[in-house]
Amino acid sequence: MSARLARRDHRAAWLFLVPIILVMLLVALWPLARTFFFAFTDAYLDNPSAYSMIGFDNFIEVIQDHNWWVAVKNTLVFTVISVAIETVLGIAIALLVNEAIPGRGLARAAILVPWAIPVVVSTKIWEWMLNDQFGVINKLLIELGLVDHGIAWTANSSLIMGTVIFVDVWMTTPFMVLLILAGLQLISPEIFEAAEVDGIPAWKRFWSITLPMLRPAIGVAVLFRVLDALRMFDLAYVMAASNENVMTVSIYARDRLISFQELGVGSAASTWVFLLVALVAIIIIGVLRLDRAAGH
Amino acid sequence: MTDATMQGSGIQRPQRKSSSYYRMRRRCVRGLQIVALLFVLFYTLFPYYWAFVSSTKQGGALYHSALLPAFDFTYYRQLIDNPVFMRSLLNSVYVATTTTFLSLIIGLSAAYALGRIDFPQRRAMLMIVLMVSIFPQVVVLSGMFELINWLGLFNRPSALVLTYLLSTVPFTTWILTTFIREFPRELEEAAIIDGCSHFRILMKILLPLMGPSLASTGILAFILAWNEFLFALTFTLTDENRTVPVAIGLIAGTSRFEYPFGQIMAASVTVTLPLIIVVLLFQRRIVAGLTAGAVKG
Repeated sequence: MSARLARRDHRAAWLFLVPIILVMLLVALWPLARTFFFAFTDAYLDNPSAYSMIGFDNFIEVIQDHNWWVAVKNTLVFTVISVAIETVLGIAIALLVNEAIPGRGLARAAILVPWAIPVVVSTKIWEWMLNDQFGVINKLLIELGLVDHGIAWTANSSLIMGTVIFVDVWMTTPFMVLLILAGLQLISPEIFEAAEVDGIPAWKRFWSITLPMLRPAIGVAVLFRVLDALRMFDLAYVMAASNENVMTVSIYARDRLISFQELGVGSAASTWVFLLVALVAIIIIGVLRLDRAAGH
Repeated sequence: MTDATMQGSGIQRPQRKSSSYYRMRRRCVRGLQIVALLFVLFYTLFPYYWAFVSSTKQGGALYHSALLPAFDFTYYRQLIDNPVFMRSLLNSVYVATTTTFLSLIIGLSAAYALGRIDFPQRRAMLMIVLMVSIFPQVVVLSGMFELINWLGLFNRPSALVLTYLLSTVPFTTWILTTFIREFPRELEEAAIIDGCSHFRILMKILLPLMGPSLASTGILAFILAWNEFLFALTFTLTDENRTVPVAIGLIAGTSRFEYPFGQIMAASVTVTLPLIIVVLLFQRRIVAGLTAGAVKG
């Protein structure tokens, strides 16, 4: 292609990109830049134009706040445990649904349901099922004789994190299953047949063939889920807005920003969230070597 | 049976154990798989079924764990008669459809450039799009607050359309780029030789073929917009401007000790039923859309 034609193509490409660039400047870059900017000011939300620059004071205030570190701990505990369970469950269900058994089409459709329900709705449904007096789960446990009175799953401060993780696993395992299933279907069945003919036991086929070949799919799924879990807001907010045992960094930042109207401190907290998520993303991409695993 | 014997004859394995042993074992494995599948189905579907059952029980019956619905639709009638809830339903429909429509147009335009035209910054642009789609919403909250105030959109559903573009536009762009790349380039070669403009190629050749891809991407964007909570909670103040997830999230009893679970379950079923029907109808397309961006990208 001649240089003139190439130049014409490049110009056309940028013309097609004008809408997305404008929108991203407006709703991503500009707000992000303003958040970073406000983090260095003492502004309040009721009058954002009255501020003075105060350097790193807000950042220091956030990391000296005990509640911030509670939120960081909650977020990391939630992320690690829920994504770990979801990955194991996701692999197991994907392998099961990939088998040629009756009803697997129905199962594939059914696992989409928890994923499509709004988080708020799932939270409310589980809140009702886990209700200490009238919840169906407690009634079942009592009838089975496992407990003699209902357990306050969502009110007990030592149980609430487990409950939140449980509900999150229910909601997001389907996403894991879909991505891993897609990865499974890219593997050609001949490899398994050859291994089976050679008499390699099933667990070893899984460990040394399936798992390594699924690594790119699992890697992408884990990356998406981790980044999603790190910003978790709605589940914990709806289930236990004021319970500090499940307060996540997103809830902390929003509280400072909106509830306490502290535009400066809230922005600094948001910036810390940004740095936390960026750090985790870099670590995961590095550890999993996603760029190389994807074969590009 | 035929399945089992076929597999048995296909594998030329030295028969150390009798073939009936293998047949038995295969049947056991199959049985266990079906039990496991039933368990998975129960685990994923029971909560939603229970929400429906609870929403059709009245008063004291709500607190008895009878497994069958009572088919009393009083709570649903109350919802229909409740102007605030209907208003939030309308807001959700407006916000989600407008967001989807805008995201598809912007995403399609960008996806054509990223999927079909070779230009030096193509990979960098794709990375930026991916990065924007994964960063936490709370990070832009303060800047977004200022932007919305400045545009005079605070406490208006249109503010949500604008803010949702942050997550839906990168998402639709990424998926549509993958879909566009899957079409063979030969389709457009004649048009390129004839000196057809890129705009014409997109509108006359690719667009007519992209119906299914646009549908699956659109459904995903719609679900994303319909389910969003943080921005909707923060940028709308009054009941009549809320979306349904926020309306449901904020339903509370008249006292601390009364919790209107019947109404909440009826509202929950109402807002998710359309989603579930769409998901079941377009199951294959949704899976295609979800996995296109993630695995092949």
